[in-house]
Amino acid sequence: MAQITYREAMSRALREALKDERVFIMGEDIGSYGGAYAVTKGFLEEYGGERIRETPISESVISGAGAGAAIAGLRPIVELMTINFSFLAMDQIINHAAKVRYMSGGQLTCPLIVRTVTGGGASVGATHSQSLEGWFASVPGLRVVVPSTPYDALGLFRSSLQQEDPVIFVEHALLYSSRGEVPDEQYVVPFGKADIKRIGTDVTIVAYARMSMVAMRAAEDLESRGISAEVIDLRTLSPLDGDTVAESVRKTNHAVVVEETWYTGGFGATVVGLIQERAFDYLNAPVARVAGSEVPMPYSRYLEQASIPNENRIIQAVESTLGR
Amino acid sequence: MKLQNAPEKNQLLDFYRQMFLIRRFEERAAEQYTLGNIRGFLHLYIGEEAIAVGAISTLMLQDYVVTHYRDHGHALAKGMDPSVVMAELFGKATGSSKGKGGSMHLFDIGKRFMGGYAIVGGQLPLAVGLALASKYKCEDSLTLCFLGDGAISEGEFHESLNLASLWKLPVIFFVENNLYGMGASVEQTLVFHDEIYKFAQAYKMPAVRVDGMNVVQVMEVTNKAVESVREGGGPYLIEAMTYRFRGHSMADPSEYRNKSEEERWRKKDPILSFSKWLIDEKIASKKELDQIEQEIEKIVDNAVQFADESPFPEPAALYEDVYGSK
Repeated sequence: MAQITYREAMSRALREALKDERVFIMGEDIGSYGGAYAVTKGFLEEYGGERIRETPISESVISGAGAGAAIAGLRPIVELMTINFSFLAMDQIINHAAKVRYMSGGQLTCPLIVRTVTGGGASVGATHSQSLEGWFASVPGLRVVVPSTPYDALGLFRSSLQQEDPVIFVEHALLYSSRGEVPDEQYVVPFGKADIKRIGTDVTIVAYARMSMVAMRAAEDLESRGISAEVIDLRTLSPLDGDTVAESVRKTNHAVVVEETWYTGGFGATVVGLIQERAFDYLNAPVARVAGSEVPMPYSRYLEQASIPNENRIIQAVESTLGR
Repeated sequence: MKLQNAPEKNQLLDFYRQMFLIRRFEERAAEQYTLGNIRGFLHLYIGEEAIAVGAISTLMLQDYVVTHYRDHGHALAKGMDPSVVMAELFGKATGSSKGKGGSMHLFDIGKRFMGGYAIVGGQLPLAVGLALASKYKCEDSLTLCFLGDGAISEGEFHESLNLASLWKLPVIFFVENNLYGMGASVEQTLVFHDEIYKFAQAYKMPAVRVDGMNVVQVMEVTNKAVESVREGGGPYLIEAMTYRFRGHSMADPSEYRNKSEEERWRKKDPILSFSKWLIDEKIASKKELDQIEQEIEKIVDNAVQFADESPFPEPAALYEDVYGSK
């Protein structure tokens, strides 16, 4: 069992994917530059320009050409440099890739993978720091994957390659250098199976991507205060593992839902909805939400840090939910 | 009409058969719309039939076609079964998309008719991807992508032409310039509106303009483009000048166009002018054409009957075909 970084896990996942001749990768600066987050460093030399396709700065045609090649039987992997740029590709992803199967009565299959990068915290300002994965999760026809560890990144990417549907594979900008154990032997992490990262009895904290890590640190702190928190990492927003969440809340009778994006319309609201539908009678207190401040992301570091949920805000929410 | 390489009589009669099929199919569809059997949007291709028939006649079965929401003509010309198309318009379970697509979203993967798409310009990136797949797989197939003059103003047009040309992809962008994007004339919406085909120059792409009311000329011009693309010359753009004889959709009385303009174009009716030419040139007799028309009437009657008698989708179908994997 080796310790590797999240970035190395993604590079390994893509190298494995490229063993299939139907797979090629296209995106902005993925060639000579090696990818904005260096995931495809060295790929162009190793695989050549047919498989590693440098594109113009044209998010719409990159995504749409990926969808077009996918319905013709290939398995394209499209890299959108950050999820903020996906706005420029929304027509192709949402109006086309997500819907061609349904609109064609099941005739077309679109196994497109769109890799992209989410999250704030890097002082890159309002248009480069958003967490929009929840928006994609609301669209029928798409799958949305949000790994938080190197293990999950590799295992979930392997599952993505088995899908017959378009997958929005969302990596977190601040996790690339994080390390974790990844076995040498083959394994997959299935879609729709949340990870109980920590077993607890007093409260369930639901999170995904980097917020899972923040929730884990908060849970350790809470332990020292005599509170036993269970931490659930959703791993995929679509499909959503409602069973694991509901079962946990039925046990702990308290829930706090954490996400990095804005409160209004955030994916956390969907999680709260399923908790009240499936575990209402077990709740001893209203479900609490911890979300990003409802402002465009500021540049200045202390303002930025103030807007992104942290351990303290999770701890406060837990204590308030438990009436302490 | 001067022909460079005169097509065989059989092909010319087939052009007539197909154009007449599209015309009658849509006239009957319009009638069924007013009866309430067809709902939503119904965009008629009447007046533009020579383009779909002439252009698609140059393709092989393995070539892909994608198009916009005014897609009945392209679908029928690519060989879709009129009954299955009519059933789709009726929203029936026997329709090409089991009733889930409707008039704007016809598909037949077996015929490589890869869809009608309803967001202006949205089909262009998909066409680039289909052509990329052909080239990547070293398959001898190309993609014919229809678009309207309205799509020129979309960013997807420019992104797609640039990438297709950069990668020398086997795709033909076929602009059907009917002079109006819904209710606005192309003069009102596009600076460079009088020679749209010259947009291709910015992408170092060969381009040509053709009379879209003349099926044989459309066929000849497309043939040249197809040859160029198959020889590895990269993408090609064709602009066909045409006119839709009806409103934008069934909901549109077309009040923004003046009647003398409409009359002028109606005189160029691609079907009437073609039948006159066939008879004048003694290629076909009136009787032969009448016989074709009678055959088509039967086919369209059957299509309407099939659609009418087919069942609506079962409620359980609602959640089918959203995902391919669990």
